[in-house]
Amino acid sequence: MAIAEWRQQLKLGEVSARELTDQHLERIAAVDPKLHAYLDVTADRARADADRIDAARTKGDDLPPLAGAPLAIKDNLCTKGIRTSCSSRMLENFVPPYESTVTERLWQAGAVLLGKTNLDEFAMGSSTETSAFGATSNPWDLSRVPGGSSGGSAAAVAAGECIAALGSDTGGSIRQPASFCGVVGLKPTYGRVSRWGLVAFASSLDQVGPFTTSVADAAEILQVIAGHDPRDSTCLNAPVPDYCASLDTPLDGLRVGLIRECFDQEGLDPQVKASVLAAANQLESLGAELVEVSCPRFNDGIATYYVIAPSEASANLARYDGVKYGYRAEGAESLATMTAGSRAEGFGSEVQRRILIGTYALSAGYVDAYYKKAQQVRTLIRRDFDSGFKSVDVMLTPTSPTTAFEAGTHADDPLAMYLADLLTIPANLAGLPAISLPCGFDDAGLPIGVQLITNVLEESRLLQVANQYELAANVMASKPSGSLIP
Amino acid sequence: MSKITADDVRKVAQLARLSLPDDQIETFTGQLEKILTYVAHLEQVDTENVPPTTRAVEVVNVTREDEVTATPVREDLLDLAPQREGDFFRVPKILAD
Repeated sequence: MAIAEWRQQLKLGEVSARELTDQHLERIAAVDPKLHAYLDVTADRARADADRIDAARTKGDDLPPLAGAPLAIKDNLCTKGIRTSCSSRMLENFVPPYESTVTERLWQAGAVLLGKTNLDEFAMGSSTETSAFGATSNPWDLSRVPGGSSGGSAAAVAAGECIAALGSDTGGSIRQPASFCGVVGLKPTYGRVSRWGLVAFASSLDQVGPFTTSVADAAEILQVIAGHDPRDSTCLNAPVPDYCASLDTPLDGLRVGLIRECFDQEGLDPQVKASVLAAANQLESLGAELVEVSCPRFNDGIATYYVIAPSEASANLARYDGVKYGYRAEGAESLATMTAGSRAEGFGSEVQRRILIGTYALSAGYVDAYYKKAQQVRTLIRRDFDSGFKSVDVMLTPTSPTTAFEAGTHADDPLAMYLADLLTIPANLAGLPAISLPCGFDDAGLPIGVQLITNVLEESRLLQVANQYELAANVMASKPSGSLIP
Repeated sequence: MSKITADDVRKVAQLARLSLPDDQIETFTGQLEKILTYVAHLEQVDTENVPPTTRAVEVVNVTREDEVTATPVREDLLDLAPQREGDFFRVPKILAD
């Protein structure tokens, strides 16, 4: 159900907030044992929050925009008094004494917390298989991965276990799972949304955004979470437009750039390519003009990212030392062995691998060859987008080169897993807003996602184009059946 | 860029405060070699006179008045410690014998 539709039903008293919450809790009880999208379900709190909304409605109070909307939150966003584990042994028992800015804004807007969702440990991964607490399955086909790192949030939305969810996106961790699970995933401009209370992975790339079943819902959630936050010095102090206002504006005269380098990929699945090109043609039939653009350094994104992100991660994760909070190894005789033991036992192998890469890239003698070089290539990638946006309004690519892959596919080959992020990483490196939305299905009945990218702070245009496409294509009207798809 | 050896990984693990057993050092050595070889293709990109990007979207340094404010979560923060003693975090001894 769309958020706007729910708001109307609540207003008219057709369905109570408690009923909607209970329906979702029942759905979670029915499907989550197979799916494992949630790490913790906060049923008591959800019912109490919903009851408060119903009481306010009965009293005749004005209801906030997300009143009674049951949401799921990726478990790397701090929720006061509710365990926030990052799917890591390191934070298995960590109960934050404070609330993240984004979740605080959601609760102020009346949203109801259903629970915390699974992720790749510390958001490092593309399949949700590196979670210390077990993998999440893809609701379309349980033998496949939901994507990652925000796989729990994507799967929960796709399986009808919540009305919408929050995730975080450092190199594609919202858009790629959205693509694999057949839902809408939006990564806003770097700094559009506060990172305060988001457990840091790579601070120059991390951004929070929504998973929803429609573009209009993504606009609704962004409206609530976007905006300046004095507690995050990288959060932009720019006005927040009305994101729903331009959703219905026609696309006449809009210039859509197809990034040539994306469509020339060796590993691009022909069915994905055909479906995404059909989406481009649909935009053309809506009045847009298709233009081929070139971003010559686009394919250097992965190498650039796998220097910068692990480097920043190695610095950010230095704080987990077994002293102030988090896991501590037993029986160590000195502070140094306690710290090294705690980090060896508390972090899983993907996190350790990235800490090692980052530490290596930042160590004496290598910092110029790796880190500085990657930052310079990052500049070139930004410039490619800058020049592209001189001739087009929005760029279009596939979100992922393939549909959801089988669980265990890349278990022994971390580099192969990294390559799956090829098409999503450049938007993070350039700080640009990007969205993934369903554009079709492959022969196996798995969803395919198209990615749209606009210039800095042009979320309104991004949402407008995505919404116009969604309404015209109506992809979900002819969806195949999926294991746990409602 | 030269080949990564197990000793390199051991050294980096020590810098990163990770106490890893030898079999894991071996596994990571092979994987890091492969990953770092892949990223090394950045060497071929001409970046002469290209400034590095530290933030994708330009931000300005934010300053504020240095005012004393109450931090009501002091007890909560101390309670998160694996071992607490009064108002202190308790740790094993810091200096070696």
